Amino acid sequence: MKMIHSLFLINCSGDIFLEKHWKSVVSQSVCDYFFEAQEKAIDVENVPPVISTPHHYLISIYRDKIFFVSVIQTEVPPLFVIEFLHRVADTFQDYFGECSETAIKDNVVIVYELLEEMLDNGFPLATESNILKELIKPPTILRSVVNSITGSSNVGDTLPTGQLSNIPWRRAGVKYTNNEAYFDVIEEIDAIIDKSGSTVFAEIQGVIDSCIKLSGMPDLSLSFMNPRLLDDVSFHPCIRFKRWESERVLSFIPPDGNFRLISYRVSSQNLVAIPVYVKHLISFKENSSSGRFDVTIGPKQNMGKTVEGVVMTVHMPKAVLNMNLTATQGSYTFDPVTKVLAWDVGKITPQKLPNLKGIVNLQSGAPKPEENPSLNIQFKIQQLAISGLKVNRLDMYGEKYKPFKGVKYITKAGKFQVRT
Amino acid sequence: MTDSKYFTTTKKGEIFELKAELNSDKKEKKKEAVKKVIASMTVGKDVSALFPDVVNCMQTDNLELKKLVYLYLMNYAKSQPDMAIMAVNTFVKDCEDPNPLIRALAVRTMGCIRVDKITEYLCEPLRKCLKDEDPYVRKTAAVCVAKLHDINAQLVEDQGFLDTLKDLISDSNPMVVANAVAALSEIAESHPSSNLLDLNPQSINKLLTALNECTEWGQIFILDCLANYMPKDDREAQSICERVTPRLSHANSAVVLSAVKVLMKFMEMLSKDLDYYGTLLKKLAPPLVTLLSAEPELQYVALRNINLIVQKRPEILKHEMKVFFVKYNDPIYVKLEKLDIMIRLASQANIAQVLAELKEYATEVDVDFVRKAVRAIGRCAIKVEQSAERCVSTLLDLIQTKVNYVVQEAIVVIKDIFRKYPNKYESVIATLCENLDSLDEPEARAAMIWIVGEYAERIDNADELLESFLEGFHDESTQVQLQLLTAIVKLFLKKPTETQELVQQVLSLATQDSDNPDLRDRGYIYWRLLSTDPVAAKEVVLAEKPLISEETDLIEPTLLDELICYIGTLASVYHKPPSAFVEGSRGVVHKSLPPRTGSSESAESPDAAPSAGQAAEQPAVIPAQGDLLGDLLNLDLGPPVSGPPLAASSVQMGAVDLLGGGLDSLLRSDVGGSPAMGGSGFTAPGPAAPAAMGAPLGSGLGDLFDLTGGVGTLSGSYVAPKTVWLPAMKAKGLEISGTFSRQVGSICMDLVLTNKALQVMSDFAIQFNRNSFGLAPAAPLQVHAPLAPNQSVEISLPLNTVGSVMKMDPLNNLQVAVKNNIDVFYFSTLYPLHILFVEDGKMERQMFLATWKDIPNENEAQFQIKDCSLNADAVSSKLQGSNIFTIAKRNVEGQDMLYQSLKLTNGIWVLAELRIQPSNPSFTDLELSLKCRAPEVSQYVYQAYDAILKN
Repeated sequence: MKMIHSLFLINCSGDIFLEKHWKSVVSQSVCDYFFEAQEKAIDVENVPPVISTPHHYLISIYRDKIFFVSVIQTEVPPLFVIEFLHRVADTFQDYFGECSETAIKDNVVIVYELLEEMLDNGFPLATESNILKELIKPPTILRSVVNSITGSSNVGDTLPTGQLSNIPWRRAGVKYTNNEAYFDVIEEIDAIIDKSGSTVFAEIQGVIDSCIKLSGMPDLSLSFMNPRLLDDVSFHPCIRFKRWESERVLSFIPPDGNFRLISYRVSSQNLVAIPVYVKHLISFKENSSSGRFDVTIGPKQNMGKTVEGVVMTVHMPKAVLNMNLTATQGSYTFDPVTKVLAWDVGKITPQKLPNLKGIVNLQSGAPKPEENPSLNIQFKIQQLAISGLKVNRLDMYGEKYKPFKGVKYITKAGKFQVRT
Repeated sequence: MTDSKYFTTTKKGEIFELKAELNSDKKEKKKEAVKKVIASMTVGKDVSALFPDVVNCMQTDNLELKKLVYLYLMNYAKSQPDMAIMAVNTFVKDCEDPNPLIRALAVRTMGCIRVDKITEYLCEPLRKCLKDEDPYVRKTAAVCVAKLHDINAQLVEDQGFLDTLKDLISDSNPMVVANAVAALSEIAESHPSSNLLDLNPQSINKLLTALNECTEWGQIFILDCLANYMPKDDREAQSICERVTPRLSHANSAVVLSAVKVLMKFMEMLSKDLDYYGTLLKKLAPPLVTLLSAEPELQYVALRNINLIVQKRPEILKHEMKVFFVKYNDPIYVKLEKLDIMIRLASQANIAQVLAELKEYATEVDVDFVRKAVRAIGRCAIKVEQSAERCVSTLLDLIQTKVNYVVQEAIVVIKDIFRKYPNKYESVIATLCENLDSLDEPEARAAMIWIVGEYAERIDNADELLESFLEGFHDESTQVQLQLLTAIVKLFLKKPTETQELVQQVLSLATQDSDNPDLRDRGYIYWRLLSTDPVAAKEVVLAEKPLISEETDLIEPTLLDELICYIGTLASVYHKPPSAFVEGSRGVVHKSLPPRTGSSESAESPDAAPSAGQAAEQPAVIPAQGDLLGDLLNLDLGPPVSGPPLAASSVQMGAVDLLGGGLDSLLRSDVGGSPAMGGSGFTAPGPAAPAAMGAPLGSGLGDLFDLTGGVGTLSGSYVAPKTVWLPAMKAKGLEISGTFSRQVGSICMDLVLTNKALQVMSDFAIQFNRNSFGLAPAAPLQVHAPLAPNQSVEISLPLNTVGSVMKMDPLNNLQVAVKNNIDVFYFSTLYPLHILFVEDGKMERQMFLATWKDIPNENEAQFQIKDCSLNADAVSSKLQGSNIFTIAKRNVEGQDMLYQSLKLTNGIWVLAELRIQPSNPSFTDLELSLKCRAPEVSQYVYQAYDAILKN
């Protein structure tokens, strides 16, 4: 039958801790093919998402240390399945505060109810968190106590109102005493910087996450100072595409609560500012069991804002035994098993640039490592959208009250790599 | 308080305890007990023994308890069918509940209970729910029809649910529409020939409207359904594209990719000159790139699809090379895919960047990835000629690193570069030879040996090098052994004096001491070649090798076109059509891209081969493939005239078998075209191709063969040489070749049947499918004695034209079924049209003039007959032999004009004007204008002219 036949949840040590079958029961042994692939991949991240077995296909995602392995029997769009699995994981996160084996086991009946509600005969049924929450109440400590006293259930018995309207993402009769609408403009810089410090590739992945607590059926218009920056955008279904095409205004009736309004990409063709630079010297001496390590991080194009939350991680070559370093700022750790060096720098003050320097000890007798480790940098800049995107104004129609409005900007490092 | 407590009861008497709790009077205890049961179920414990106790809890007002019981029921009803019947009443009652949520829940659950006995009780409640006032119930019921169909397809058809489902496509609620489409698509999957989703412009419009309003998942169903539609012209295609484009900005990547599929498919119909075409191309790039910033699993699927898109339309992403640059912490499966696409996008403009990246990757940690990066450098060299030198020097740099696996990969790819650019980079051989000792992988060793053998004359110590390999000959892998054998033979042929001993040694190693049959065979062949005819040996062994090109790793174009139709599906991940890997997909219909429908490419092209594009222009009603199959299978396979009916059962068996495999591949064809699709100008390019190969079209080859049939003389019309129509491979040893002839008014099919099997063949019979001119056998196929193995028999089968008529594509296509004692075989062939030219085809002069004027000019078709150096009289007499009659001859400005007429067996007249330039011997093309009231025959008349005049 169509789409997803069965779902297995598997933890990192290879235990199947939950299974759900939408049609007939598929034996757990089908997962052996998955385990085989997992073994071959060595790293959990490297397990291929589509695996074929003699009678089924296994499409899986890896989220929060859990493999969501779905069993497919016929030709089916894999993206459909993968999107759906991520949606399941999102829902668990949303319901239980975390998507973990413990949380799932602690709420197994709700999990089961959710899965049943989310997929019918392989067709996704209700995947919007707003609707699900009307059908199945999320567990709260208070509610469990109340339920067990009064015997009331945590399954809703009214038809979810949004389910059939033209705005399936919003329920009717929303009421708040404080009406608020917050927008977080979050931009992540993905970049590859080469040895000499020049940019090989850079782009900005931006999102606007919203938290909207507005009563009734508000109709919002969000406009930007510089909408031209947004030429590659993915919208939440609530956004009216025509309005955007013609006026470059985001016009929508919002879902209730937290949701992602848009995600966008500012590509390398536009100039992407790189807020930090890294000076590095990592070298291994021929025929000796040591090497040098010297890294300095400094601010670059940061528009006058402070670069903070700086963390550098480096996968050192296998031959590295340990590292003897001194940090002028922050602290570092080196895990001799995974060979990961992590340096928690904190804030960068331009007057005194953070530096990490010292000796690398290699396994004696091992050949000089050939590969040059990449430096992975994380950082944050508050109150800045590095692309320059700025919200102009937010207007509300359809409701009379005056909402409280707020916009926050933040820039972060995404996959920010410096090659050495 | 959490559910984990339910897992703690693993004591012995667990089931007993639960049983007691389920039968408790207290509601709360009951519910807790059901929860415990469900919890056990989720971890795969068998709690089916509690079935009756759980079902007893079903009749409750408590919705949560009801849902839990339903969950349990769905899981275990199959194993306890008798018990499950107990639940039926509650279901039926719940379907009438005032709360739509309960009605929907009931109908949903019922559909999941896969028990035959219960399904019958389902029909009435389902019928009501399909017409429920509440759309939530309707949309749930729509899915239930699909579920029921999976359990009992006949029941669903008998109950008329399919029609109700079709009506739901016009429902006012978009969600209902989406679910109806999803359900119908699913049912259609198991019935590929049915026209369940028979889309027309009205229903397309409804779907496009619903597309904007339904949920993201519904959008995917609708888009996938739209992708199967065949717009009637480019305008309709464009308008659909315009309405689908906004989906490219959807947050759900599956929606985006489904939209990409629709656009990629319909784009095929748009003319490239259109402004809109360019706009569309531009719009496709950003969403594809955006998919790459999603989770790695999504990226992987997206990359596999982008790989196809880049091959089909490289222009879309040609400026986006950088987004495919690999990040060191990408999962390996993403890295490898990105690398592949980087090479596909590599061009002279960006090669410097690409090489710099690849060199970077070659120093990474992951061995597999490094190897692939090194190979990629080689592929770049082969793809972008201007970069070859840089690639080679990059590879040499990498060899200098002395990292073992890098060196080995580099040598393997350098061998390929030598193949592509012979005599250009041999200066590097010295460097390669330095690394001889470090090679421990068979592929690298074999590559190195190949290089040494190929360039033996330039390597001073080639014999020493090869000799060093020879020491451990028996420990090498077959690949290396074979290569070594060939290399030493090459060396010997180039430097015979010094290497005689070496070649002796390797030949004896290969032929006497090895038990590998391939090696022995090759050894013997070389030995014999060398001993009998060294000159020939030189020609064989040192023959020039075909150049390799980058095409070797491109997907073959027809497969690519088919895969483009499957964007977003598993097929697109595996780069194989679904028929190749989806279980139980016997009935899977091949999809193909729609033909371009621009009006610019009309019948100007003089090439005879009926291309898909030309065929598509004919406003003909062409039967869909499904019908053809049906027709062929329904053929009465007995001798057509008065033969006794055959043993039906065995014939049927054979036919069914063929439908599964043989015919499928023979008639490799298109979308499960319903007649409506055919009507809209869509044709199957597939079947024409194999037919054309077997047909006597390539009559240019004629002089290569000894003509067995009488060459066209005045007494009879031209007969093409026989060609193989049915290869023995495809017909269990029966080979059929043949041709068509016309002599004094009667048409014959001249056949040679050859038995290439090991058993005797007998009981031959032949039948034709309906065809354009009603050709049919006029007598049974007479094979007097059984056909012994390796025996051939020549038969002349008289034909008439009184059979039933059905328009074929191409027009002169004839589908034939031949039966013998072994099986039934099908083939199709093209007959030359002149066998249909009747003897009384000479028109009166006056009549000719009047008719010529009378036929509108649009019906006139122009052709060129190339390289025909006959003069007017020779042409005239040659054509007359085949019943093309010259009515008048004129000379205008040094050109001879012949006016000719011919008549087809079905009474169609064709008038011709043939222009010949006898005065100019260097100009040997004849120009032919044909006028006919049925212009679709013109092309085939031209083919007949061409064939007759050139023989």
